[in-house]
Amino acid sequence: MGETVDGRSKKTVFVTVGTTCFDALVEGVDTLSVKEELSRKGYTDLLIQMGRGSYIPSKTSGERGLAVDYFTFSSSIADYLKSASLIISHAGSGSIFETLRLDKPLIVVVNEDLMDNHQSELAEELADRKHLLCARPQNLQETIRTMDLESLIPYPPGDATAIAKGINRFMGFPDD
Amino acid sequence: MVYVIISTMDDICNISMLAIIVSAVVVVVSIRVAFVLYKCGKPLHVSTLKPVSTLIVLGSGGHTAEMLNLIKVLKKERFNPRYYIAAMTDNMSLEKAKVLEESTIHETGARDLENARFMQIYRSREVGQSYVTSIGTTLIAMAHAMWLIIKIRPQVILCNGPGTCIPLCAAAFLLKIAGIRWSSIFYVESIARVRKLSLSGLLLYKSRLADQFFVQWPQLQRKYPRAQYVGCIM
Repeated sequence: MGETVDGRSKKTVFVTVGTTCFDALVEGVDTLSVKEELSRKGYTDLLIQMGRGSYIPSKTSGERGLAVDYFTFSSSIADYLKSASLIISHAGSGSIFETLRLDKPLIVVVNEDLMDNHQSELAEELADRKHLLCARPQNLQETIRTMDLESLIPYPPGDATAIAKGINRFMGFPDD
Repeated sequence: MVYVIISTMDDICNISMLAIIVSAVVVVVSIRVAFVLYKCGKPLHVSTLKPVSTLIVLGSGGHTAEMLNLIKVLKKERFNPRYYIAAMTDNMSLEKAKVLEESTIHETGARDLENARFMQIYRSREVGQSYVTSIGTTLIAMAHAMWLIIKIRPQVILCNGPGTCIPLCAAAFLLKIAGIRWSSIFYVESIARVRKLSLSGLLLYKSRLADQFFVQWPQLQRKYPRAQYVGCIM
């Protein structure tokens, strides 16, 4: 992880809200307490993909503490995920599985303002199975303070062959 | 006076004839519906060697990603030709399906994309649309789905939500009842559904329109015993 820039080792936290509007998360990571907690954990940079939200985080160069930067959208977040040491994401299944496939530590923050909030189901299930950490905007700082990234278990890649087998059998195709 | 009585007698005759015809039709149709529902979910007891025309409904975003993961492991020469359908407002899904199809051209030795077609369908309801106007748009979506299903007459329908697949499955069911084309509907509930089925999943499960119903979490299988647990596909 950490590449060296100006003689210091860079450890980036990447925050992504996808195509949604999730100001509570952007505002949450931009609070002094969360930024100090991340600094204490050894992170040097905070990069926020803020989507359609209206809350604008305060950019800082990070002479003292965390360097903060943000952007709205990018056609692909793959490169940002790859170069990050920790990812804090909204609960969309796209970002969750893209991050897990890269085997990166992930904190999923559930958006409680969504009406049909089935998204928390997936994040909580994967947190129970220790593939990621699940938080709410209000307990993000606590989650970061107590997190033990060593305890996370790599996510095994998915496999659709059981469905293919079921379909083949139903249709009368011979088993391969 | 006599004439009036005769004409009312005639009317009564006509009305009762009409009643008999209508009830006969209702009985025949109900028996047919019951028979079709009984046969849904039963494996086709023929060993198929010929390829089956396959309709693949892409539901956008995570739904499309999951569906394409399934398509990757299906034998292309069996599920052939393949018709991909996505919502009018979704311009990413068909592109992703094209990329997948192009990558398999070299493996199968097919020329161009001759075995894959790409189509779009009107959606019954956009996110945030009011329920009143969605009655009209649902009717349009229903008609469009009927037209596409009659044109394609698929033998296999693969879908995994959200709502886009419902009018298509309903139209395919009507074709089954009419005896025009027997299709097998396979529904894969999204990986994001751990404890509860989605609305489209619930509709296809309860109505028994889906011949096979797959779920990706064991909790769901316990709650919906006719579903098959197949593990995560993402």
